[in-house]
Amino acid sequence: MFIAKVIGNLWATRKHKSLVNSKLLLVQPVDGLTAEPKGSPVLAVDKYLGAGVGDMVLVMDEGNSARQILADKVAPVRTIVCGIIDYITVGNKSVKWH
Amino acid sequence: MRAGIVVGRVVATKKVESLEGRKLLLIQPTDWEKKPTGEVMVAVDTVGAGAAEFVFWVAAREAAVACGGTSLKDTPPVDAAVVGIIDGVNFPTSR
Repeated sequence: MFIAKVIGNLWATRKHKSLVNSKLLLVQPVDGLTAEPKGSPVLAVDKYLGAGVGDMVLVMDEGNSARQILADKVAPVRTIVCGIIDYITVGNKSVKWH
Repeated sequence: MRAGIVVGRVVATKKVESLEGRKLLLIQPTDWEKKPTGEVMVAVDTVGAGAAEFVFWVAAREAAVACGGTSLKDTPPVDAAVVGIIDGVNFPTSR
């Protein structure tokens, strides 16, 4: 799993049937300690949580787990939003992110 | 899932049986602002994408799953699949 910031969303009329009724979010992976962006943005599915632009989210990046979360054996999904982060504590410092 | 632009079609008459009836597209991977990244590759189409369309695609095992394979026996040998045609992308904040 990685921590990411939602930087945008995407819409598509024609898509795989497993993606119907899910939000498609562009997420930018960030460093867990500094919240600095790292790597390139990736498209993640959000079916249950309703995350929006600016939210810090917890992203699962593994196909079988994603299919379990969606309860869909034929979902072609690897990257899925599985949490909206409230805060992160490192040592005795706590960072609020929303 | 990542973005790409369809740049061509690939036609192969003789191919592995489980690839029969599948459309093969040549796609140029891009970032979300349509700027090309990396090298052109072949992907199987699952949504009816055509030339010059801005699409999103999956790689690896998920690509085979996109083509309908769940058991090992009926999983086609696919390592990239187009799973949607992008109508619009929205970047409201500075990154």
